[in-house]
Amino acid sequence: MSLTSILLILLGIALLGSFYAKSHVLKMAGSQVTAMHSLPNHHFAYTFLVTLLPSAIVAIIWSLSEQTVIMNLVVGTFPENIQALPADLMSLTMTKFQNFLNGVVFGEPDPWMVASGEAYVSMVSNSRWGATLVSLILAGLGVYWAVSRIEPQFRARNRVETIIKGFLIVCSIVAILTTIGIVVSVLFESIRFFREISIFEFLFGTHWSPMIAMREDQAGSSGSFGAIPLFTGTLLISAIAMSVAIPVGLMSAIYLSEYANQKARSVLKPLLEILAGIPTVVYGFFAALTVAPFLAQNGASLGLDVSTESALAAGIVMGIMIIPFISSLSDDVINSVPQSLRDAAYGLGATRSETIRQVILPAALPGIVGAVLLAVSRAIGETMIVVMAAGVAARLTANPLESVTTVTVQIVKLLIGDQEFDSPKTMAAFALGLTLLVITLCLNIYALHVVRKYREQYD
Amino acid sequence: MTEATMTNEVVEKTGVDRKVPDQTVGNVYVDEPRMTSRAVDVYYGDKQAIDGVTLDIGAQEVISFIGPSGCGKSTFLRCLNRMNDTIDICRVTGEIALDGQNIYDPSIDVVPLRARVGMVFQKPNPFPKSIYDNIAYGPRIHGLATDKVDLDNIVEESLTKAGLWEEVKDRLEQPGTGLSGGQQQRLCIARAMAVSPEVILMDEPCSALDPIATAKVEELIHELREQYTIVIVTHSMQQAARVSNRTAYFHLGKLVEVGETKQIFTNPTHELTQDYITGRFG
Amino acid sequence: MNTHASAASATEVVQQGLDKRYSAESRFKIYGILGISIAMVFLFILMFSILSTGIPAFSKSKILLPFYMDPEVINVEDLADPAAARKINLRKIVNDSKAAFFGATERADKRQLEEVVSTLAQLEVLEHIRANPEDVGQTVELWVTADDEAGRWYKGEVDETLPENRRPLNDQQIEWLKRLTAEERVKTTFNDTFFQGGDSRNPEQAGILAALKGSFLTLIVTLGLSFPVGVAAAVYLEEFAPKNRFTDLVEVNINNLAAVPSIIFGLLGLAVFLNIFGMPRSAPVVGGLVLTLMTLPTIIISSRAALRAVPPSIKDAALGLGASPMQTVFHHVVPLALPGMLTGTIIGLAQALGETAPLLMIGMVAFIVDVPQGFTDASSVLPVQIYLWSDSAERAFVEKTSGGIIVLLMFLIAMNAMAVLLRKKFERRW
Repeated sequence: MSLTSILLILLGIALLGSFYAKSHVLKMAGSQVTAMHSLPNHHFAYTFLVTLLPSAIVAIIWSLSEQTVIMNLVVGTFPENIQALPADLMSLTMTKFQNFLNGVVFGEPDPWMVASGEAYVSMVSNSRWGATLVSLILAGLGVYWAVSRIEPQFRARNRVETIIKGFLIVCSIVAILTTIGIVVSVLFESIRFFREISIFEFLFGTHWSPMIAMREDQAGSSGSFGAIPLFTGTLLISAIAMSVAIPVGLMSAIYLSEYANQKARSVLKPLLEILAGIPTVVYGFFAALTVAPFLAQNGASLGLDVSTESALAAGIVMGIMIIPFISSLSDDVINSVPQSLRDAAYGLGATRSETIRQVILPAALPGIVGAVLLAVSRAIGETMIVVMAAGVAARLTANPLESVTTVTVQIVKLLIGDQEFDSPKTMAAFALGLTLLVITLCLNIYALHVVRKYREQYD
Repeated sequence: MTEATMTNEVVEKTGVDRKVPDQTVGNVYVDEPRMTSRAVDVYYGDKQAIDGVTLDIGAQEVISFIGPSGCGKSTFLRCLNRMNDTIDICRVTGEIALDGQNIYDPSIDVVPLRARVGMVFQKPNPFPKSIYDNIAYGPRIHGLATDKVDLDNIVEESLTKAGLWEEVKDRLEQPGTGLSGGQQQRLCIARAMAVSPEVILMDEPCSALDPIATAKVEELIHELREQYTIVIVTHSMQQAARVSNRTAYFHLGKLVEVGETKQIFTNPTHELTQDYITGRFG
Repeated sequence: MNTHASAASATEVVQQGLDKRYSAESRFKIYGILGISIAMVFLFILMFSILSTGIPAFSKSKILLPFYMDPEVINVEDLADPAAARKINLRKIVNDSKAAFFGATERADKRQLEEVVSTLAQLEVLEHIRANPEDVGQTVELWVTADDEAGRWYKGEVDETLPENRRPLNDQQIEWLKRLTAEERVKTTFNDTFFQGGDSRNPEQAGILAALKGSFLTLIVTLGLSFPVGVAAAVYLEEFAPKNRFTDLVEVNINNLAAVPSIIFGLLGLAVFLNIFGMPRSAPVVGGLVLTLMTLPTIIISSRAALRAVPPSIKDAALGLGASPMQTVFHHVVPLALPGMLTGTIIGLAQALGETAPLLMIGMVAFIVDVPQGFTDASSVLPVQIYLWSDSAERAFVEKTSGGIIVLLMFLIAMNAMAVLLRKKFERRW
């Protein structure tokens, strides 16, 4: 039986059991609802949950793990000479076997394959029966358990609420699981990478060319993995982005919060928000289609040699993307400076700009620094703009007119397309991911800390 | 305070010693109490908000709690149906009993407790639902109505008791938030009555109302005293004098004096009560 | 007298400094205006460049050509059966007909005609002849799709001043196209192929339906998981969680997750969902899972804000009536916070819809021709399709890319407008 039909049957059992439980408890209480601890519907819900939850969870886990378990068992039925194959040949054989199971056969299948195939089929059908039987028994036990406990004074509502609360807790743990998943998945591959390539070579090496294999059979030799050019490239592009975004974003925020009238604000703020809502792939296309050719042409007419994948183009567009981020955060920060400070300055006869420069900005500075740090972390982690507009070749340069590559670009390039999973190439992507994660996380934690300190000051 | 302290011992028919605590003057005990509190302390974190309050609340009486702001009268009121449970840092010690049963006993479920001890709040807080649904909510969650007709009856009865029926019977489906402030507060009282509580706690029920609406609510309290035990916290001494038959005066978390309302307002024993009544502070 | 004089001089000093201060004032204001103007100019240039290159993607050029339905090639019996009809050598019909029309006899000339008429013409001829079998043996005038390069020429996008060898169309081909115009055999129609089918190597055949469907399926998964989980987590943290180290940890966690670069979520998906759980590559279900984890922090944070905005007096009222905390929250607080939570969810989904990088990691960059039918079919999504097209060499893909971006932006605008409306409609002042 398929998982869907098992689940449907379980649902049916749970519903029937719950209706029975409800009428049962009503009969016991002589239809005197006020004499009962919980409403009949709570008894219904209790029976329903107790019946459905365990059996459905077992059924789902069973069918999710079924494939892996059966495959492992089937390998045991292979002839010994096949089981003794080296790992790479074995995986090839497994693919062949998988194809055979899916009905894709080239020529006459080997006899052992037919035998193991039959074993596979019978195991699958046994497993299906097992899943059905076990979950049905669990559902039956659930109904029995619930009905036997139910009586008018039974605290069904409290039980149901405990179960719901359990669900709520599980949902809030998802966030922690995600973090653990991220850390583990990135760390695990990175450690394997650092076993083959020294961490010092990775962090301080100046030559990055992971794609060029020197010799096919050489272990860990698909290239050199010195990530310094990537780091400098990332820094260069982020620096260009910030030098666009900080002045424009900050001045926009100051204008919007201190100068603009209500009408101008109501038009300009949503327009800035549009800038924030544009997907990064659009910015990337804009950089590659409009900005880069524009810079290259104008550079040429000025006698400059501007690469079509220049760091400048990617950086400027990334800066545009970050403008609304900086301006909305700074706007918040500036608005949380108390009115009394402004009044004090105005009362002394300061002009508006003097008030802003000498009173508001110094007061808001920690908050603005926090906002800028958050923006930097976003720039470092940005992917699509640089994938589409920056280069692939790792070059150690500080010249914004040349093409550089970044950490995120390399992650994408290493993992897109056909990948051999265990090669240092793919593991290198995870090591880069780890670096990226550590840097952005540190920036964020520090920035959030600065912002929180700032908020507390005026609360 | 010490010089005014006096101890009077009352030996009841049962023969149990009923000692009035040092901090309080007046008779804290009644013959057939509905609710009793014994040496109740309440802490918010490290701060003590209520200090050793012992007080009986009789059946079918209206008792008012008065005292200056921050004296703990609202805190004590919220202890009576465990509304303080919602505040994490709040801790209650001592014993509060409803019909002889300690409501802070771990085996007590607060849900039926609050159905028996209802509450009306300072600011009218109707649910943003229809007038009908506001009243019907309590009976629904407690399963008090067997069918729609029954529920309709409960709604009509409660609104009638609250003197609101004539005003709203044609617009039961309109949102309760659309009523005037006084009507909203009477709606909240009706909502509390719809679950047939034994005790109704009112936390400054008129503080957000104008004098005319206040008069209507006071009139309502007057009528309700026949059926319910009402505990009312108020800032207005006139109101306490008008609606209650007993009055308790709180000061800095302590119950200073309790007695017949007439006696408290005409002839207070404790110096602090006297100061408050005569308007020297408060 | 003396003090009077010094007071007067103080006023004078202030007066003297005023001009300088006021000019500083206006300079500063100009910087502010400059800042906001630069941002607006960027927005304008971006929108203009996307729109001007993208609008042509929604139209296509059709040309009217006579086709000789050669009875030796088309077997009338085959037409009824779709499988047999597909085997008809339509290529010959189209090639012979267009060669005859343009008078191309040389092999080289015939090859040049490929840049004039799209291969879609074969399908269009087949469609016509299946609907009208009586036309076999006749010569029929049919509107067929022009090739992408011809289409760009008709839209005026080919620079004729370039030397012949640097132009996509040579003089001979342009001659033919001009002849078609002169004979009024050219028309521009709505590009319906763009909204049908999937990716193609031929720009004039490439469509976004497959990517749209992929995005739709992915978002369904994201919505189905992230909304309940996000709301449940928010409800727990805001209404039930005790204040202790564990809940602090969860909070810090959520704030940091919100700032983790999206590509890292892609690495998570690749390592955990694909390699450990063995889920299918390029599938909407995996994309949806990754985007769920990515949007959860957004949804949780905005849902908590919405829950916090519900006044405590409502909670008191319900609790005072004897509702349990769970009943209070689910009967009163959650319904009142729902519009706010939905707004947050829609904004989170809009982010997810525009997200590209993590999906590249889990293999959603495959070349997808067929419209995906289920959650486990290989599929692409709209932003990834845009990325793929932008990477293609043919010039005509530029307009497809911009066209795709316009469609994507339409959806984003619609979603954000929905969020704004929802907020406006249910905004409550307490």
